[in-house]
Amino acid sequence: MSADTTPAVNDTVSLYDVDHPAPVIEAPRKRTKKTPKSTRTNFEMYGWLFMRLSGIVLVVLVLGHLLIQLVLDGGVSKVGFAFVAGRWASPFWQAWDLIMLWLAMLHGANGLRTVINDYAERATTRFWLKNLLYAATVFTVLLGTLVIFTFDPNIR
Amino acid sequence: MATPTTLDKLEADSTTSHLITVTFRVRRFNPEVAAEASWQDFQLEIDPKERVLDGLHKIKWDQDGSLTFRRSCAHGICGSDAMRINGKNRLACKTLIKDLNPSKPITVEPIKGLTVLKDLVVDMDPFFQAYRDVMPFLITKGNEPTRERLQTAEDRERFDDTTKCILCAACTSSCPVFWNDGQYFGPAAIVNAHRFIFDSRDEAGEQRLEILNDKDGVWRCRTTFNCTDACPRGIEVTKAIQEVKRALITRRY
Repeated sequence: MSADTTPAVNDTVSLYDVDHPAPVIEAPRKRTKKTPKSTRTNFEMYGWLFMRLSGIVLVVLVLGHLLIQLVLDGGVSKVGFAFVAGRWASPFWQAWDLIMLWLAMLHGANGLRTVINDYAERATTRFWLKNLLYAATVFTVLLGTLVIFTFDPNIR
Repeated sequence: MATPTTLDKLEADSTTSHLITVTFRVRRFNPEVAAEASWQDFQLEIDPKERVLDGLHKIKWDQDGSLTFRRSCAHGICGSDAMRINGKNRLACKTLIKDLNPSKPITVEPIKGLTVLKDLVVDMDPFFQAYRDVMPFLITKGNEPTRERLQTAEDRERFDDTTKCILCAACTSSCPVFWNDGQYFGPAAIVNAHRFIFDSRDEAGEQRLEILNDKDGVWRCRTTFNCTDACPRGIEVTKAIQEVKRALITRRY
């Protein structure tokens, strides 16, 4: 049986031979000085639990929010300054929106953090992407909280 | 009574070959020749009831002796010949040609996520480093008993599934989280930790849980079930990882 093989070695002189093999990719998980030490905290466990628990709560909060905003009582066309002012006059809706803001932002931020950990390959890329993520999260959460608590329906 | 026509037919059938022609498309890499890996096709005549490992043997023995791969027992128990066959991690010695659609070329690659040393041989050190890190041996306190350590059939049943692991690395090298930076412990290490965490005779479950509670421990599992699909021993790997997660949450808090 003759082998239908692609040419194994081309005619040009190879850079590599027995004494000078090509470099192989560095083995993963090799213990180097840069290998992070074990942290011995429960942060990852709490993060994992938070994703599950906040997810359950968010299903109720977000679907309820979408139902009120987009479906009931005339749909999206009713939403205006007056509608928002009317809702935020009640502490119940203030609390609803505040909890939804915090849970959704932390849930999303933690999800993106794991995505960055899984996909960013270089340590510096990872560092800057996460810094950007944390900055955006803190900014949005603080701004949203400020608006919910200091909303003034009589603003002109 | 057999008529002459059926006899002729029988004789014709017995002389036609039961062998079929199959193309093996093998991922070759030799650092002494080139820095890049490349595909090479081999054609061979093989009984479809034979295994991929038999095909690799035919290539190595009859066509190209430089083809490099690991195999020891060749009967699915030593875990040496895990490779990526038609894009799926399997043992070459447990994969029959007839189960692979032999009309198309059969691709054979080294398992992913570990450094390829030559052809189908990868550096298994990181894999076994993670395995050693979970302390895969019995740890007890106090004096040694004068007779064997007994346990009930139910206690044995609790971790029966994870005792089947042969450390072939098919699961760990099919895990997309392991592919990224290789810092994740990987399914195989967690399976072997599970085997001792849920063993009633062992007393270092807490220590192992603490190790797997770390940044690169069980919490990096994304439940993609690649490991369960890849396991040639049929271990429910993802379920074992999930049980370790549950133990971490319920046993301690």
